Amino acid sequence: MIVTQFLVLGAVLFSLGVYGLLSRRNAVTVLLAVELMLAAVNINLVAFEAFWNTAAAHGQIFAIFVITIAAAEVGIGLAIILLVFRNRASGNVDELDLMKW
Amino acid sequence: MTFSDWLAEPVNWAFLALAVPMTLAALRVVTSRNVVHSALFLVLTLAASAGLFILLSAEFVAWVLVLVYIGAVIVLFLFGIMITRAPIGRESDLSHARRWPAALASLAVLALTLRLVLAVSGQVEGFGDPLPAVGAATPSGVLGEGFITKYLIPFEAVGFVLLAALIGGITLARKDLTPAEEEEGGRV
Repeated sequence: MIVTQFLVLGAVLFSLGVYGLLSRRNAVTVLLAVELMLAAVNINLVAFEAFWNTAAAHGQIFAIFVITIAAAEVGIGLAIILLVFRNRASGNVDELDLMKW
Repeated sequence: MTFSDWLAEPVNWAFLALAVPMTLAALRVVTSRNVVHSALFLVLTLAASAGLFILLSAEFVAWVLVLVYIGAVIVLFLFGIMITRAPIGRESDLSHARRWPAALASLAVLALTLRLVLAVSGQVEGFGDPLPAVGAATPSGVLGEGFITKYLIPFEAVGFVLLAALIGGITLARKDLTPAEEEEGGRV
């Protein structure tokens, strides 16, 4: 295994996440696309850790930080979506245009 | 290293066996017409990435991924889906009608990143060499030591962020009671 194959896989996953982020209307599916992008970043971090092979495994520590932040993001994101749904009876991001002139 | 050399290594077959279903599942996450299927395909993607982490000898990260993501985050997602979309089934309005700008942007991102990877792999020494860390699992003690020595302050900060986010989530999601409802004992 070489490091490039993981970087290519990470690039493919990340661009799929970008596609989902831009093309989805439903807010929950937008969050799912963000999770996809974070997974791609994690693959890159762990692959680079295996490449540099540091004694303290810095890349893996950063991957765990990313996982933690992603959990926080999902928790608060879903709470916001729930609140928006309660107030507007819609979970579609293109209908939330209250602040648009 | 040629492609046939690369394919001759058995571990690369394991890589392909994980990476190909992973990419297909990721494609279904962003194109599926059913929100629940989308979330469940994300489980498949994350499980495959946990497998890749084990190949890369990052076993602790792999199991954290399984516990936190597949165990907790996906369940949270499914709850979110079931609360906000009562009749769940195939839906046609899950994505925008006009999708080609999104496809164009994601292809541009892909082209840019692949171009960067190729440019860097020509310049950094050892990019085409086999990964050195593969084969011996990283002991989780190494990670724990990192968390309480060099990364102590980021570790505490991330714990605080998680706490703040969860308290914020509870505060946002709980229903505000009217005074009359509060007198009835707060039952919603």
